[in-house]
Parts: sequence; structure tokens; C-alpha cells
Amino acid sequence: MTAIDAAFRRLRETGEKGLVAYLTAGDPDPSTAADYFRAAADAGADLLEVGVPFSDPTADGPTIEAASRRALAAGMNVPKALELVQRIRKTHATPVVLFGYYNPFLRYGLGNLWRDARAAGVDGFLIVDLPFEEAGEAVRGMRAEGLSWIPLAAPTSGMERIRAIDRAGSGFLYLISVTGVTGVRETFPPEMMAWSRKVKSAVELPLAVGFGISTPAMARSATRYADAAVVGSACVKIVERHGRASRGPADLSRFVRSLKSALR
Amino acid sequence: MPEGKPPRRLPDRSGHFGPFGGRYVAETLMSALIDLEKAYKAAARDRSFRRELEGLLRDYAGRPTPVYFAQRLSKKAGGARIYIKREDLSHTGSHKINNTLGQGLLARRMGKRRIIAETGAGQHGVATATVCAMMGIPCEVYMGEDDVRRQALNVFRMRLLGSGVTPVTSGSRTLKDAMNEALRDWVTNVRTTYYLIGSTAGPHPYPAMVRDFQSVIGREAIRQFRKAKGGMPSAVVACVGGGSNAMGIFHSFIPHPKVRLFGVEAAGLGLSSGKHGATLARGKVGVLHGSKSYVLQDADGQILEAHSISAGLDYPGVGPEHAWLKDSGRAKYVSVTDEQALEGFDLLSRLEGIQPALESAHAVAYGYALARRMRRSETVLINLSGRGDKDMGILMDRKGSVP
Repeated sequence: MTAIDAAFRRLRETGEKGLVAYLTAGDPDPSTAADYFRAAADAGADLLEVGVPFSDPTADGPTIEAASRRALAAGMNVPKALELVQRIRKTHATPVVLFGYYNPFLRYGLGNLWRDARAAGVDGFLIVDLPFEEAGEAVRGMRAEGLSWIPLAAPTSGMERIRAIDRAGSGFLYLISVTGVTGVRETFPPEMMAWSRKVKSAVELPLAVGFGISTPAMARSATRYADAAVVGSACVKIVERHGRASRGPADLSRFVRSLKSALR
Repeated sequence: MPEGKPPRRLPDRSGHFGPFGGRYVAETLMSALIDLEKAYKAAARDRSFRRELEGLLRDYAGRPTPVYFAQRLSKKAGGARIYIKREDLSHTGSHKINNTLGQGLLARRMGKRRIIAETGAGQHGVATATVCAMMGIPCEVYMGEDDVRRQALNVFRMRLLGSGVTPVTSGSRTLKDAMNEALRDWVTNVRTTYYLIGSTAGPHPYPAMVRDFQSVIGREAIRQFRKAKGGMPSAVVACVGGGSNAMGIFHSFIPHPKVRLFGVEAAGLGLSSGKHGATLARGKVGVLHGSKSYVLQDADGQILEAHSISAGLDYPGVGPEHAWLKDSGRAKYVSVTDEQALEGFDLLSRLEGIQPALESAHAVAYGYALARRMRRSETVLINLSGRGDKDMGILMDRKGSVP
């Protein structure tokens, strides 16, 4: 059993919902980013999503795009993201998923990537622009290294396609809650509830719902039928606000704690 | 299909040209792309769709565009005879209308209520805005802020046609960033909106579909060349940004191995300057805007900014079929600097009274240089993808006053 599987099993056993916290690697710089990730884990995040920045993040809204720009300006890249994971691993066992776009991974070299990622302590990959039709080689490589390929499903996917995606993936299924890019939203689309219930009943993998979730109340309603909520842009905004200031991680920690307490 | 034998028709069923192409997009767009592929296949088989498109290409866009023998340019070159396929005479001033008419009809057939597009030089934006006006469909064009400035005339044209133009301020503020923003719009409004891509780039089925709609250029050219000169041209030359006019003229010539195909990329300030748009010459295989192809990128896989005097060639990616033609050796890709393109513009302007778009001036410059090295019995066919009116501002800045 992988660390991600174990995390979801533990959640099922305790009857609580999971919290997946996303931050961009290297924002505002690699060492401060490690402090933010640790703060999120200490405050109760069940999984960490480490965003690998890309110059052309077409699935992201302005918040994560700006974070990517800051991280790139600070020299972040795939090798440094792996170092960051290693650094987090020294103190924390929380499962880590690398989240990013295909090209930087491809450029690193897929063969080396899976091996190096495993060695650094990465548990899985979430590659936004790698749909399952194109993912064959990557999935085989990850599987050989015991890594999870976490697939995404969208409101436009259709149930037949979602079942196929579910069969191809491992770890958990990332359910995109809205048609759109990442970013903080005010409300959770009402039709989403019925839809996530339908998806939950059709798939085997644990279900994590993401895109737009920014408050404890939204996280709670998003996970009514799902197993976990992913909170990205709202976390990134805290890093954006505080940068290197010492109270930044504490502020993130308070926010993560409030999210997690709504999921218990 | 017997094993080991290359497929006769590309892309394959999954949208690949050898190792290139495919669909590398957010999951939210996958169903839309699959629907689009189905709708396009059905339309392509439908005789009434084809008839309507042919009628519009003839009566609205002014096709066929002529093939013209450039006598004085040929004489100056002193080598091969130079022929010019006059896409600059198409309605809206470039070949882009061939594709926007085709996809516009498809969007209407699919019941889409809104059309979005990206544009670099503004030629595709104008051609999209034109078709949207003609069909009564609301249109929004994304354009990099730098391009909005340097192609102001086309921005004004689009707005006069009733289209919205959104300047994009991120990244290099050129075509790449316009495409990013159009993709973000599409991912948000995918259920109601048709994304009308103007180049042979993007995820499957766009590279194949745009090529098919543009291949009317090559079909006409073969027929016209036979009539004018007899036989086949020795060489065909076209500029390559994303690659739509080049694929349009190359496509029909690909099965004729004696016809040499040349794609001309933008060398900008020179290949060694790092400021260029020569993706096939200097790029590495990667994924950008939904397909696998050559991409200008750094060692970390971050996309580099391209540079060209012509906004339409200022793009760090290139259509996947060009990547395939390069690797298979069927086409040769070369490059021409900003300066050489300006010389190409002057040559055609002074000797033939034809003012090409700066994109097309790259093809003129290379075609002329090529003709000089060829025998008098040989022929060069240059695809003149657009006219130069839109570039008068840039030319005035560059030249100050006419000497």
C-alpha cells in the first residue's frame, strides 16, 4: 500500500474528510516555501501538493500564475522541486504529490524523473495537461517506481470517460469542480453536489474535489460526498501576502487548521 | 495496415504525426476536442457542408487566387523562374480566411453561440471577426499587448467588424500569450464557445483540420501551375510561424517527391542572437498549447520568448506536422532574418508592385535567394500568404522615410 492509499484509509477509518493543500514550490523562495509546506502539514493537511511552476500555465488563474512567476524568478525548476520535497521529508511523512505541466517533466527526462522523484520522497504526480490517452508511457514509468498517477476528471468528462480515467489512475481521483481555471471562488456551484455524488458512486478511487474552494464552509460542502477537498489559490494568497515575513507560515497554519476542523 | 509501413494519411486515429501532435490539454477540454473531431469528420463527409464552403470561398473570399509569374523578379534572380501564389488577394488580405470560413461554418453547425480566437499579426483575428460578422456570431479575439501596438491597424479593423479585442499583458505579450488566454477562456466557457484556432498548431484535431481547410491553396496551385508552366514546380517556399499557410500549400505536393518543399522560419536578429522564432531550427521536442512538437525552451522546459519583426512568425512553437515533415526529411526548414525579410519586401515591392506582409516577405527573401542558385530551367513557387498593408506602421518606423 502506498502512502497516499494509507492516508485515505486512515481518513475512512476515522470518518473524517481529507485536506489537500497546494502551494507553489519555490514561492517566494525554496527555503521559505519549505517552511510554508511544513506549517500546512503541522496544521493538519493530509496531503501536500507541491506545484512545479511553468511559464505558460493555461489551466491556472491569476493567483497561481503569479505564484509561478515568482517561483521561476527565484530559480525554481524540477531538480529544485525534488530537493524541496527531500527537505520536507526530513521532518514530515505527509504524502507529497508533484503538481505541474508536462513540458518541464518531459524536459527533465521521464526515465530519470520517476526514479529521482521516488528517491526524493514523492508519492505521486498530477500532470494537468496529460490526459489519460497520452499518459501511457508516464503511467507505466510511475507504476514501476511505485508512484501514483493521479488523474483528473472534469464536469465535462462524462461518466463513461470518468470510469475509464478511474481505472487508469491510482492514489485518488481529482475532481475539478467547475469548468474554468484555478482560483478562489465565492460559492460552490450547487449542481456540483449532485454530480460529485454520482461520480463517487461510480468510481473506485478516493475522490478529492478542487478548484475554487476557499473557505471552511466550502470545503465542508465540497466533501459531502467526496473524500477530500483541495485548497490551492486560497493558500497561495497567504504566501503572496506575507512572502518571507516570519508570521507567514503561522498565518497559513491558522487557515489550514480552520479548513481541517470543518472536515472533521 | 501492414506493420512498418508508414500510414498514408496523417495524423493517425489518435491525432499523431509520428511522435508529434496528440492532445495535451486540461481534462476539461478533452470532451470538447472529441466532440469537435466528430463534428468535423461528419461535416467533411457532408456534401452540403462542402458545397456551402466552396461557394463561400469562391463568392465571398474570392477564390481561386491566381498564380502569377514574377518576370522581373525572376530576371533579377537570374536563375529559376519565380511564380507566386497570390493569397494576398484573398478577402481580408491573407490566406487566413480559408480556415475561418471552414471553422465558422462548423461552429454554426455545432450550435455554438460564441467564437473566440487568438491572433499574432491580426490577420487571423480579422479573418475570424469577418466571418463572425457575416454569420452573426459574437466574437472575442485575444491578442498580445505588443502585437496590439505593432498591428494597430488590424485591431481597429476587428473592432469595426464588431469583434471584441482583449489585449493580453502576460508573458511576452505576443501570440503565445494570446493563445494561453484564449485557452483559459475556452476552459471556462467550453460548453457554449467555439475556439477557432488559426494555425496548424494546438491539440488534435486542429492541426489536421486547419491544414485541410488551408489545403485548397496547394490544390489550386498544382492545377494553375500545370496550366501556366506545365508539370510541377521544382521547389515550393512558404513562411512558417505556426505553419498554416505552409501546410496549406505543401499538403498537395507531399506525394510528389521531386518537388522540394522549403519552410522559412523567422531568424529575427540572427539565430545566434537568441532573438528569433526559428522553432524547428533551434527548438527541442516538447509540449506547448496542446501538442507535441518542436518548442523554443530552456534547459528546465520553460518556454522561451520568440522574436521576429513579423508578429505572425513570433511564436516559440510550431505545428506538429511540420515537426514530422522535418524529421522525415520531406520538407527542409530554413530561416531568414528581419533584415533579409525587409529586403524581400523591397524586392517584391519595387520589381513587381506587390507589397507582401512581413511574414510572407520571409518566403520571398528565401525564394529569391534559392532561385538565384537554381538553373533557368527550374521553377520556384512562393506562397505569398498575405499583403503588407498592416505593416506600414512598422515599415515607417524602420525606414524613417523612403530613400
